[in-house]
Amino acid sequence: MESFAALAQGVMVALQPANLLFAFVGVMLGTAVGVLPGIGPALTVALLLPITFKLDPAGSLIMFAGIYYGGMYGGSTASILLNTPGESSSIVTALEGNKMARAGRGGPALATAAIGSFVAGTIATLGLALIAPTVVDIAISFGPEDYFALMVLAFCTVSAAFGSSVTRGLTSLFIGLTLGLIGIDLQSGQARLSFGIPDLLDGVEVTTLAVALFAIGETLSVAAAGARADEIIEPVKGSVFMNREDWKRSWKPWLRGTVLGFPIGAMPAGGAEIPTFLSYALEKRLCRKPEEFGNGAIEGVAGPEAANNAAAAGVLVPLLTLGLPTSATAAIMLAGFQQYGLNPGPLLFATAPDLVWGLIASLFIANAMLLILNLPLVGIWVRLLAIPRPWLYAGILVFATLGTLGANPSLVELGMLVAFGLLGYVLRRYDYPIAPVVVGLILGPLAEQQLRRALAISVGDPLTLFQSPVALVLLALAALALFGPLLFKLITGHRAPVGADED
Amino acid sequence: MSETSASPSGPDKARLAIAAALGGVAAVVGWDAWRLSNVAAHSAVGPAAFPTLIAVGLALLAIANAVEAMRGIDEARPRDELKPMAWVLGGLLGQIALLPFAGFSIATGWLFAATARGFGRGPLWAHILAGTVLSFVIYILFAKGLQLSLPAGPLERLI
Repeated sequence: MESFAALAQGVMVALQPANLLFAFVGVMLGTAVGVLPGIGPALTVALLLPITFKLDPAGSLIMFAGIYYGGMYGGSTASILLNTPGESSSIVTALEGNKMARAGRGGPALATAAIGSFVAGTIATLGLALIAPTVVDIAISFGPEDYFALMVLAFCTVSAAFGSSVTRGLTSLFIGLTLGLIGIDLQSGQARLSFGIPDLLDGVEVTTLAVALFAIGETLSVAAAGARADEIIEPVKGSVFMNREDWKRSWKPWLRGTVLGFPIGAMPAGGAEIPTFLSYALEKRLCRKPEEFGNGAIEGVAGPEAANNAAAAGVLVPLLTLGLPTSATAAIMLAGFQQYGLNPGPLLFATAPDLVWGLIASLFIANAMLLILNLPLVGIWVRLLAIPRPWLYAGILVFATLGTLGANPSLVELGMLVAFGLLGYVLRRYDYPIAPVVVGLILGPLAEQQLRRALAISVGDPLTLFQSPVALVLLALAALALFGPLLFKLITGHRAPVGADED
Repeated sequence: MSETSASPSGPDKARLAIAAALGGVAAVVGWDAWRLSNVAAHSAVGPAAFPTLIAVGLALLAIANAVEAMRGIDEARPRDELKPMAWVLGGLLGQIALLPFAGFSIATGWLFAATARGFGRGPLWAHILAGTVLSFVIYILFAKGLQLSLPAGPLERLI
């Protein structure tokens, strides 16, 4: 079993004291930002990119992964106690979790979310370790046309999965692709869409765009909502421990959520939202007391939370093995790899096995840390929810501009931050998803590279894109992702039950 | 859930504007691609091929958005309050204006205060003071500790 040998090697890397510290800082930060409304793991990692530039790559990436996992745990706390999901993938958790909190059962709700996340995260990370070498073996034989098809698939699924309509998702994606064009074309040396502004020659920084869309756009939206957004924090009453019945009702939903979440997250279809919706629907159907659903059924917290965390681990499969980000956080993490000159993909497993397997092993450690942090210490995280909104958002903007200035101390960069922030506000206001913009900016140039490589090999014959069987299958799946919801609507007369957003 | 029937509200003006903006961007990208195709014509797949694809996609999306906008507003949108937004934007633009001569701490102190004001928390001067102190601490941490080069002003030159 080459996986286990490699994983054992990775455990040695992850157990180095410095890396343990990075993992700890990551999960602490991740939980905090997951709990706080308005900031998620994507934004946090984006803010940290310029600051970690000079640090050790393995340590920084372990920290980013800790933030990613931590954000998933923290998101459930905000959903349950505040009824405002900190993360989009916690929307479903809020449905039953907040009802439980209002009924004085906030403790068990938090516990089943945390333990379920731990169970699902551990199983799914094991799945990641087992499946990654296989995917790498397959991917190593991919030609440029196959990679191009894979990216087209990611474009289509990201556009279709996020947002309320495919048109809106594609619009966001193309905004990102257009931004990806800006700058000097590396193959011909020609400046594109830079209108003679020297700051634009290097292209649009991923961090600037992500920070602007997530931090500034969100702050503007919340400010514009004014007094509309009033929230009540439910205090945690009673014990945080689950009784026998809670355990009995939780363990099956945990496992079912894992089984739903991991494969869906691992497919280049991406997103942790869809499996949470599916898990909720499944548990509602299987529950012995369906009348409790809508009034605080513990199954409705246990299942979706497990699905959420399993999918989060699943998203790392295409990211690490193919270099394909399928969520906003994964896209920013890809930028994190790139800042160290590392390109995730099959080659990374050969060139930097210690780093990749150290990262995977650290995920197990992060998961265990998170369980400990979240169960007994939940009271501390709850206090974060009490930070007054004006100070919270003022602080977010201070750190957003600090991160941008730290990466590139230029006023033009800050101006771009404000302009993209306004773009983010407009997108939110009119219900266009944010994640495809970020994915488009990062994947667009990579897709162009593969497209030109494929066409150069075939001396300009575009038919080459459709001649590989792998590429054909991937393109067919892409078409299905785009037109599937439309077909679903035509056949059943209902809109497809997706339409979640972000992170 | 489904709202396919024609809405009595008439076309969605905001989304029509978005469609028009997309059309404009498509034209700019298309023009840039046309310029590039004239400059470097020695290779079959030059720098213009991908932008051309994107320009076509943008143009199609402009049409699709316009069509959806003509069907009416699909979800009622609550009115946005302009005053808090103006404060936040004023904070950001003010920071850019102040940075070159006032330095990181004062400029960011203004951003902090203006944002807090936008969310309804005053008084402004106290928040400017608090924000400046906070930013000064951040400056020391990041500029000295992590060697980030942040713009210095009169305050920063004191250390």
